Amino acid sequence: MGSAGSEPRSGRHLAPTVQRSVKVLVVGAYGVGKTTLIGAVSEIPVLSTEETVTAASVGVDPRLGEKSTTTVAMDFGRVTVGGATALYLFGTPGQKRFWDLWAGLADGAVGALVVVDTRRLEDSFEVLDQLEEHTRLPVAVVVNEFPDAPRHPPDAVRTALDLPDDTPVVAGDLRERRQAVEALQALVAHAVRRAGGSVAA
Amino acid sequence: MATGTPTDGYRDHPVRSYVLTGGRAHPSRNTLRPETLLCAVDDGRELPVGAGRHERALLETCRGTLALAELAAYLRLPTSLVAVLASDLVDGGYLAIRSQAPHDLPGLDLLEEVLDGLRRF
Repeated sequence: MGSAGSEPRSGRHLAPTVQRSVKVLVVGAYGVGKTTLIGAVSEIPVLSTEETVTAASVGVDPRLGEKSTTTVAMDFGRVTVGGATALYLFGTPGQKRFWDLWAGLADGAVGALVVVDTRRLEDSFEVLDQLEEHTRLPVAVVVNEFPDAPRHPPDAVRTALDLPDDTPVVAGDLRERRQAVEALQALVAHAVRRAGGSVAA
Repeated sequence: MATGTPTDGYRDHPVRSYVLTGGRAHPSRNTLRPETLLCAVDDGRELPVGAGRHERALLETCRGTLALAELAAYLRLPTSLVAVLASDLVDGGYLAIRSQAPHDLPGLDLLEEVLDGLRRF
């Protein structure tokens, strides 16, 4: 890659030392705090792309143009870890009807961090079901402790969501960088263990 | 709202995208992911006269290393469309892939590096 220009022109660009990239999916129902978490960790302002989801169950005639389509915004951020690796955080709505959009995103991901609001726990069932049905990604759950939400111990959340014993459940105010980072650490540590590694306490 | 099938929906685009990509919905290579790192090749070679404004804007934006998804966000185009444009530019030697997407799940060494990095924040 010696011919590739590597001189950054602005703060947008990654440092020339960055050689590889990985991603984490930040998944959850609308309004649960996905973008808050991404923004708390990201070294760049949260970016957004719009993707079009179409009804593809019937034959497509390109001459007719648009079929039934909807646009889904995906927020994402980036943080450089260890100097040589860019970690991307992709926020995706986890509901079944958006599966088309994020199916491709799940390929090669470190794992999925599921953001949960205990006042709307039922919204998380579909997200967790989709992950289980369609991927083998390591999953960790983070309860976004909204200031006005009642507190529940992690084990209560685990039981309510019927999570496997080894699924990490953490909680925090996701506006705080340290707590958002800790949620990511819980997921990546889980992924390390799943990959056969050991994690120091 | 409408739903698509898992295998088809993500690759389907409205008309505008087909026009921009010369009628193609699929990139010429399937190794480009939203997190794939890209960088313009700085060898002084000019794009062909017939190149579109989106290709030019893409290369201009990618003078330093960026992921495909970042390019899409800055260009205000869908990631799936920018994948097609970027793929052509890689084929033409104007754009270089700086990272290789890991096959299946990332390896243990990479996971440990990420964990160590997060713990140092």
